[in-house]
Amino acid sequence: MKPPPFTYHDPRSIEDAVALLAEKDNAKLLAGGQSLMPMLNMRFVLPDDVIDLNLIDGLAGITEDGDTLVFGGMTRQRDIEYSDLVARRCPLMKEAILNVGHRQTRNRGTYGGSMSHLDPSAELPSVSMAQDAIVTVQKKGGTRDIAMADFPMGYMMPSFELDEMVTGIRVPLWPEGHGYAFEEFARRHGDFAITSSAVLLDVEPGGRISRASITVGGVGPAPLRVTAVEEGLTGETGSVELFTEIAEKCREIDAMEDVYAPAWYRQHLASVLTRRALGKAFSRAANGTEMTLR
Amino acid sequence: MSDRRTISVTINGETYEREVETRLTLADFIRHEVLLTGTHVGCEHGVCGACTILLDGRTARSCLMLAVQANGHEITTVEGIAPNDTELHPLQQAFQDNHGLQCGFCTPGMLTTLIEFLGDNPDPTEQEVREAISGNLCRCTGYQGIVAAALDAAKRLQGQETAGA
Repeated sequence: MKPPPFTYHDPRSIEDAVALLAEKDNAKLLAGGQSLMPMLNMRFVLPDDVIDLNLIDGLAGITEDGDTLVFGGMTRQRDIEYSDLVARRCPLMKEAILNVGHRQTRNRGTYGGSMSHLDPSAELPSVSMAQDAIVTVQKKGGTRDIAMADFPMGYMMPSFELDEMVTGIRVPLWPEGHGYAFEEFARRHGDFAITSSAVLLDVEPGGRISRASITVGGVGPAPLRVTAVEEGLTGETGSVELFTEIAEKCREIDAMEDVYAPAWYRQHLASVLTRRALGKAFSRAANGTEMTLR
Repeated sequence: MSDRRTISVTINGETYEREVETRLTLADFIRHEVLLTGTHVGCEHGVCGACTILLDGRTARSCLMLAVQANGHEITTVEGIAPNDTELHPLQQAFQDNHGLQCGFCTPGMLTTLIEFLGDNPDPTEQEVREAISGNLCRCTGYQGIVAAALDAAKRLQGQETAGA
């Protein structure tokens, strides 16, 4: 349970980091270390070079750019948890972040690290998927943006190249008064969820839903948008009956099966958690009405 | 050929300079190089919380950091919590009074975790305390004594503040 031998690098700029990434063919980037360090200790990864991003200035921070929140890749999960800006403008992320590991791991863990690791149950990729985030990646000689819809390629496999690194995430914001809810089920608090559901709703006066975003985590190889539910909600007036019926569509998702849970159980959880999240989101929307869904 | 660096880390107010292998974890640095064995190593992959230390006042799992990453930083371990050699920190005293430990293996991580938590949230509910220590495993106490100790310590620390004000 000790890390394998490697050569350690601590670049002071993004340019130096991506130059190293281009030059070394078996390198790993070390962000908050809350996934890479266990993998090194267990020798699941055997990199020749470790490139530590913690000494690069200007890679962390949360700023508002019109209707978008801009996060540096090295923004710590704790800073998201305690950000007034996030709580005010992106309440879904605030609610979700409290489920990310524990205080000790949120102090170190980063947004960009979580996105790059891309665990199918991880909360920040789910929220990013729900909000249609745009991930900025950089390599030697250029940067590019990847829409969240194109970001996961498969199980724990983001679509950027081996010589690219995540430098920032842009999160488009929903209008003030929107409904939001993040629900998850895990065996123990702080564990990766077996299944989660992230819901965003725009509700017009009178209760008609004009826009819906539904994302389930832990069910597929990466966070999934449930378009069947989104389409079924758009244009309808929110009610207990509607949400109960529409959430059942989550049972049709092609779900993963592993030692922790069979596929039918994940489908069941997706449906129950989405139903609850819809009720909560509609209750919280400025034009919604209070309802309780179990 | 091993990759080595010279680092300087301040632990409990004292600065230690050592040449270390870059793959050495901070937990092993604290225990094997500085010989402060109060920080315990349980799982070595970030699950048990026994190796929790304070890095510049914020908790971190020392098995999930490289020693070289602590270069130039200030660390507090369980040995640095008490105000002096004869007195306990109010949280430590509350652990003793409420049977917050039995074998003591998880205690260093529980104490460092709760010191940060009670700073963030000086008047927590029982549920909040349980959530705060959910990243620290204890196999002796069933957590009841630890929760009681944390709630008791919160009262003691608040009393201390009022008395000092």
